[in-house]
Amino acid sequence: MKVSTLKPAIFMTAIAFSLGFSVSSASAENLKVALAAEPTSMDPHYQNLTINNSFATQVYNALVLQDVNQNLLPGLSTSWKPIDDKTWEFKLRAGVKFHNGSAFSAEDVVATMQRAANVPNSPSSFATFTKGKTFKVIDDLTLQISTEKPYPFTPNDMSRISIIDAAFVDATTEDFNTGVASFGTGPFTFTKWLPGDLLEIKRNDHYWGSAVEWDNIIIRPISDGTTRTAALMAGDVDFIERVSPSDLPILESREGISIFKSVSNRLLYLTLHMTDSPIKPYVTDSNDKPIASPFRDVRMRKAVSLAINRKAIAERVMDGLSAPAGQFSPEGYIGYSNNLKPDLYDPEQAKELISAAGYADGFKLTMHGPAGRYSNDTRILEAIAQMLSRVGIDTSVETMPASVFFKRFARGGPDKKPEFTAAMSGYANGSGEPSHPLRIFIHTKQKERGYGPGNRNGYSNSEVDKLIEDGRSSMDIAMGEKAFIEATNVAMQEYALVPIHHEIATWAAREGIVYEHGALDSTFLHYISAKK
Amino acid sequence: MLAFVIKRVIQSIVVLFIMSLIVFSMINLVGDPVDMLVNPESLPEEIDRVRRDFGLDQPVHVQYWKFLTGAISGDLGNSFIFGRPALALIAERFPATLELATCALILAVSVGLPLGIYAGLNPDGWGARIIMGGSVLGISIPTFWLGLMMIIIFSVFLGWLPVSGRGDTANFLGIESSIFTLDGLRHLILPAINLSLFKISIVIRLTRAGVEEVMALDFIKFARARGLSSQRIIRAHLLPNILIPIITVLAIEFGTLIAFATVTESVFAWPGVGKLVIDAIVNLDRPIVVAYLLFVVTLFLILNLIVDIIYAALDPRVRLQGDRQ
Repeated sequence: MKVSTLKPAIFMTAIAFSLGFSVSSASAENLKVALAAEPTSMDPHYQNLTINNSFATQVYNALVLQDVNQNLLPGLSTSWKPIDDKTWEFKLRAGVKFHNGSAFSAEDVVATMQRAANVPNSPSSFATFTKGKTFKVIDDLTLQISTEKPYPFTPNDMSRISIIDAAFVDATTEDFNTGVASFGTGPFTFTKWLPGDLLEIKRNDHYWGSAVEWDNIIIRPISDGTTRTAALMAGDVDFIERVSPSDLPILESREGISIFKSVSNRLLYLTLHMTDSPIKPYVTDSNDKPIASPFRDVRMRKAVSLAINRKAIAERVMDGLSAPAGQFSPEGYIGYSNNLKPDLYDPEQAKELISAAGYADGFKLTMHGPAGRYSNDTRILEAIAQMLSRVGIDTSVETMPASVFFKRFARGGPDKKPEFTAAMSGYANGSGEPSHPLRIFIHTKQKERGYGPGNRNGYSNSEVDKLIEDGRSSMDIAMGEKAFIEATNVAMQEYALVPIHHEIATWAAREGIVYEHGALDSTFLHYISAKK
Repeated sequence: MLAFVIKRVIQSIVVLFIMSLIVFSMINLVGDPVDMLVNPESLPEEIDRVRRDFGLDQPVHVQYWKFLTGAISGDLGNSFIFGRPALALIAERFPATLELATCALILAVSVGLPLGIYAGLNPDGWGARIIMGGSVLGISIPTFWLGLMMIIIFSVFLGWLPVSGRGDTANFLGIESSIFTLDGLRHLILPAINLSLFKISIVIRLTRAGVEEVMALDFIKFARARGLSSQRIIRAHLLPNILIPIITVLAIEFGTLIAFATVTESVFAWPGVGKLVIDAIVNLDRPIVVAYLLFVVTLFLILNLIVDIIYAALDPRVRLQGDRQ
């Protein structure tokens, strides 16, 4: 009796399994991807967040596109040029249609800019890119953007904002999340989003650019690195991003898996405090009495840099997934200076510099950093602390959750000043223009002008400031780039901050899939293709 | 009974209020959400705008008052990250967690109870030793590690079951769940077993202890002497007597299954509440953290209330005491 009731159940299960397999083999045109995180919204103007922005490029286009190394490419605008010191003219692409069928014109750009700066409840709006710009429609396919002062980076700013149909200028974020308003001009159309579970997009057959290969892409957010690897190995997904360093050897030795690696623009660096006041409790002499930051002296900053064995960190802490850095940009990337090489490990010279600076007796230092924010962050800090201790700086490490770290890093001290004497943090250029890190970290802090919001250690050099400001107000872009590289050279030789390494970004896929990758560590689905 | 329930509800409201005060003030001591939300490349006025829009420029007691007045009308605030009501986000993710926890609970009872009874009845047999040894393992192996091992064995090597996610869902009697599709069930098996193993072990140990204790009592001996079959002794005399402590523990454990399924959810990328809350804690999405903690407190209060009621139904002595008060 029991057996006869069980039989159909087994039979059904068998059918289910065979169905499950047949479905996955029949859907060769569908691509399943596991990403480490998912967007916080389908509204392309809701939050200026890397994952949101990289996903938005699949459904939407900006006027200007960025390639995997953040070079600018024609997007919804085919060409752009400055017509006078304060005005850029953009020629728009003809014959482009939104996914809902309505035609794209200059009016859509103006409407988009109005919405992008004013999304209610936005945790980080795009107003930064539209501020101070006036948009003027010349004709359906010509647009002029003027700024109050000469500004060479209007095209870069325009590469950050996804263009929507003017009909949806008043659409709510919810309308985009549910798909009511999510019509772009991009290579994919939005199908559905089940937050935390899956996100599905479909090929746009009318795309103006080269068509993508996949009929559908199904994206699963899998935050745990090992689970992502397992999902790829089990064949649940075809492509994953951010392979855990510890899983990499397993995937590399496995047949039928391709791995893609590239040096990313994500830099880990040390900030060393360099002003007289306030005296930090994080540096003490041998009698445990607080002393002023020794890093006011450039020799001490250089000594720290020379004491760090970047190669050892790359090999032993990062499992080979980092490239020693001597500046903001990795080689071949915008703003890269050929004059700057990563400092080579030289503990002897470091010790000499420390003696010459008058700290031969040594001192005690507490270094701070976030835990779990960057790849192996705590272990890197501990390694650096050991290396510094070897040259006579008795260093201890204190790490904390990123949410706590960034507040104290920015304004944990008295009078809301930055708190730490030595801290490790990370940075990746989002805009694709070379002055981005210089404006944020290197320029003297001038809040009202938007300069130096990330300048935590009080670095200030009027020559460098002038180079940055001149470059940022010159419509001659080539000349500007020269100024930025010059500013980078000076600032890095003065160790305005101490670069450690660029992380190496990783992707893995089943054999037969290729991924076009570059200095960006986020994933752009339309660059995934089948091997020809 | 009614008086008892009313009293408990009033107590619960007081507990909730105190809890909200503690949670709200504690979470405001940690970091600054603006640092986690606003892109560092933004202009300074953007940081000020977000601070203002989210009410973070106000003193904590003003923020708390705003929260409290909202909470009374059922509004626990908007998520900083998603810009949507925190309660709605939790409600959206809750079915997935509930389904996982329920399956794990069913597994815990249907596997743990028989094994526990068996081990209790034959305490010196090899079977009992294996069961008890296994239960020690089940309690001591970390869920996280075990989940990964299960994935590697059943998904990667054997290829039987999917690694992660929830799979297809279907609607049955108005409930949207993956239990109703085969694909959904296949996705559910590993995480449900992973989540239940700890609970199975607890049920085994509780049951065995109960069985050993009750079997030695006089009324069982008397039942044996009456010549009743052991089947009947187990069903009519043993089970009712060992169930009370098990139900008490299970109800609370059900709460912890729901509240702390986080680890299993993140290993199996299960789209439940746990994942939402972890992200909220990391990114300082305060409204979600506060709403979730209050939700969990409410859950436990309700479960405890239910336990007390069931208790009264199962054990006449509890009812009598209650009436006397």
